[in-house]
Amino acid sequence: MILGFSLLSVAIWLPILFGVLIMATGGDRNAPLARVLALLGAILGFIVTIPLFTGFDKTTSAMQFVEIHDWITRYNIHYHLGVDGISVLFILLNSFFTPLVVIASWKVIEKRVAQYMAAFLMMSGLINGVFASLDAVLFYVFWEAMLIPMFIIIGVWGGANRVYAAVKFFLYTLLGSLLMLVALLYLYNQSGGSFSILDYHQVAIPLTAQILIFIAFFMAFAVKVPMFPVHTWLPDAHVEAPTGGSIILAAIMLKVGAYGFIRFSMPIVPDASRELAGVIIALSLIAVVYIALVALVQTDMKKLVAYSSVSHMGFVTLGLFIFNSYGVEGALLQMISHGFVSGALFLCIGVMYDRMHSRNIADYGGVANKMPVFAAFFVLFAMANVGLPGTSGFVGEFMVIMGAVKVNFWYALLAASTLVFGAAYTLWMVKRVIFGAVTNQHVEQLTDINGREILVCSILAAAVLGMGLYPLPFSEVMHVSVSDLLVHMARPKL
Amino acid sequence: MDYLATLSPLYAEIFLLVMACTILIVDLFVTSLGKTPTYLLVQITLFGCAFLTVSTYQPGIVHLFNNMFVDDLMSDVLKLLSYLSMSMVLVYSRTYLMVRGLFTGEFMVLLLFSLLGMMVMISASHFLSLYMGLELLALSLYAMVALQRDSAISTEAAMKYFILGALASGLLLYGISMLYGATGTLEVNAVSDVIARGAADKNLLVFGLVFVVAGLAFKLGVVPFHMWVPDVYHGAPTAVTLLISSAPKLAVFAFVMRILVEGLQPLLVHWSGMLIILAVLSMAVGNIVAIAQTNLKRMLAYSTIAHMGFLLLGIISGGLDGYGSAMFYAVVYVLMSLGSFGMIMLLSREGFEADNLNDFKGLNQRSPWLAFMTLLLMFSMAGVPPTVGFYAKFSVLQAAVSAGYISLAVIAILFSLIGAFYYLRIVKLMYFDAPESHATISVQPGSGLLISINGLALLALGMLPGSLMSICAVAVKQSLLLP
Repeated sequence: MILGFSLLSVAIWLPILFGVLIMATGGDRNAPLARVLALLGAILGFIVTIPLFTGFDKTTSAMQFVEIHDWITRYNIHYHLGVDGISVLFILLNSFFTPLVVIASWKVIEKRVAQYMAAFLMMSGLINGVFASLDAVLFYVFWEAMLIPMFIIIGVWGGANRVYAAVKFFLYTLLGSLLMLVALLYLYNQSGGSFSILDYHQVAIPLTAQILIFIAFFMAFAVKVPMFPVHTWLPDAHVEAPTGGSIILAAIMLKVGAYGFIRFSMPIVPDASRELAGVIIALSLIAVVYIALVALVQTDMKKLVAYSSVSHMGFVTLGLFIFNSYGVEGALLQMISHGFVSGALFLCIGVMYDRMHSRNIADYGGVANKMPVFAAFFVLFAMANVGLPGTSGFVGEFMVIMGAVKVNFWYALLAASTLVFGAAYTLWMVKRVIFGAVTNQHVEQLTDINGREILVCSILAAAVLGMGLYPLPFSEVMHVSVSDLLVHMARPKL
Repeated sequence: MDYLATLSPLYAEIFLLVMACTILIVDLFVTSLGKTPTYLLVQITLFGCAFLTVSTYQPGIVHLFNNMFVDDLMSDVLKLLSYLSMSMVLVYSRTYLMVRGLFTGEFMVLLLFSLLGMMVMISASHFLSLYMGLELLALSLYAMVALQRDSAISTEAAMKYFILGALASGLLLYGISMLYGATGTLEVNAVSDVIARGAADKNLLVFGLVFVVAGLAFKLGVVPFHMWVPDVYHGAPTAVTLLISSAPKLAVFAFVMRILVEGLQPLLVHWSGMLIILAVLSMAVGNIVAIAQTNLKRMLAYSTIAHMGFLLLGIISGGLDGYGSAMFYAVVYVLMSLGSFGMIMLLSREGFEADNLNDFKGLNQRSPWLAFMTLLLMFSMAGVPPTVGFYAKFSVLQAAVSAGYISLAVIAILFSLIGAFYYLRIVKLMYFDAPESHATISVQPGSGLLISINGLALLALGMLPGSLMSICAVAVKQSLLLP
């Protein structure tokens, strides 16, 4: 409790209020003030979420830090917040990234600074709302509302083809969301007039209806993950988004989709989930293998990392739908790790882009000669992307593969192929960009990263290494919630 | 004296009529361009009506004049909202009309008469009084569309509106005469009773019903009876477009409720099938054709058509959820529509109409606040939370799903997805593109304040929609005696 408000409410509304405040600073004359306010809001936003972790009871799968008020009594909708071992980590991850994004955009964004910073802070609060909502309508409101700032961020501060990317991003996600809304309304009737997600976990639903609901949820969540074949918005959005937008998109927003599978699809329609797991696994494996091959041929660094994200998220959905604790916990760890790693990679690409105004691999070569400190960080993050033991990338992938072996050898084999392909596309890019002789005079003029950039990179490097060497604090938080989820799922709900 | 007291539910109507006639005369002596005395008098009249409606409130349903007139909670709520939106119309349109030399006494008096027509429609419980209210509204609107009489496009729009409106009235009247032939009465409740007893000829009733529904569809502007909507919205002076797209929608909603739901409830199976076709076609044509528009007023006209289709979906779903959500949808739509057309007028200036999509280019750089308000309006129209437009769609979809029309709900959301595209385009033009002109936007304090309240109301109601939803639900429940 802070000043009588519950922690989760503060985690949601504090960044949003700061966002409003920053917008009120107005035009670019007040840009320094906007930046300082944004940093203050982001850091405060992170600090208020720390008690969520330290005060978290790891021995129960029940919802904690619960807050419930009447909201729309006409439809029995409540302002109902709470976290369990699955969602708490994502709130932390999100709040952790907001200050980093603010620092990373400190000098880079020069036009309409206040609006940019405000959009990020508001989005941060809204994403916390998505992870904390236990009421379906409240969830939906946060889920949709976060599209608005992201749409503006891509469209205003993005690259050349930004309008196309922004509109595609918005319409893709809106389609899925609206279908989910119909599924939620059906559940409202089926449950006798409740919008509580926890009530939905207990409602009996016939198999045909379960399958239809699963498909509706799938449309919403698969687009966000994104899964093959609805992933095509992601490379466009990533390439055109400004660095901060890419970081949040990769590190946080993709996790929202996978979180939806865990919070909605799996517990609400467990029978349909089991029934259709084969399809999801197949799509996941296609993503893992095929998208990795697509990544191999990219000439644009951001596109390469974007496809790499799709491939890694394939791992996540694979882990979720093999329904054992290795798989699900591995998937969750992979989500967090991927947040750190992909965020860091986009940040590094942003650092180079700010200096060279190019994302083309061909325009680079021998960067290590001119930017040795930067090169060290970049190689570390690339190795984490590959899944080198000792980095965070290893833990999740290893657990998912272990889980997959228990189910089917071939799943595991195909999934493990990513270790080869991932190494291929990542290291080949590193070789062409970082190593070798200096290829052209633009590279010759590069200057190494400054203190601000070193700070952000070091924080992320510490996170990547820390999680890789000692993942226990992460896994023990989720352990009870995951095993209870699996027990819940094993019971038929027809 | 006793007789006068029994008339208390009618005080607002009587007051309005007297004031409208008085203002017509008073205005002769007002020569200033701003017409300030007349303007203030009209606003006072609207306020007085609101006061009378509130102070003469009686619980329950009161019938007057041999059941020609009914006063219930739904009519009170709708009337209050009509006064409010008429008052907003005046504030928005004052400067706009003044610089065009159109802010005349006639405009204001016609506005009051159209309001009287709406009030009669809202409170009628007899086919004749319903028709009378409708005609009073329509005749006032025809004249107002032609207000700018030297403009060819306005005159054309008025002509079209008049001819098609007269045709629709004819259809409606023909349908009503069939119903009269079958049931022998014109009282809404009596018609319902006769049909429910099975005393009327089914064929004749359904034959009449087709014409009634066609007439209503004309007035609602739903496909395939929508042809007048884009032309009239485009051709009329924006102030009049604003008026047409606001309070009359509330009146037409009441009109549909009185005729179909109260009067012809026993024929539900027949008219709900017709409405389904109208609703689906409207959502399809409205949303798809809107994409092709380059004129904002035309685009909003097609968007209206799509919104009316959504509103019909609520009526089709029926029951407390359905009718309550339809009323909520109508109210929210009026609020959004007022803001959108208000914004066009706000951005217009002498000799320049900001009704082209390109006029919104780069608005964020010229005026971030107005751009933000337009953003709220557009996202609300598209039904994206946290704006109230989402809850309007939400409650209608909820009603549809609980009534078992799941496929209809899915169709509705697919078309609203298409609809989202053209609303997004406005946001795109404002935020992503560079401005075409750098002319300064001079915002009048009155309308500037109002647009801010209007936009923020969409957001505030989006955060806390519960009370408005409950008001609509309770009003419909008490007026229709629903369980």
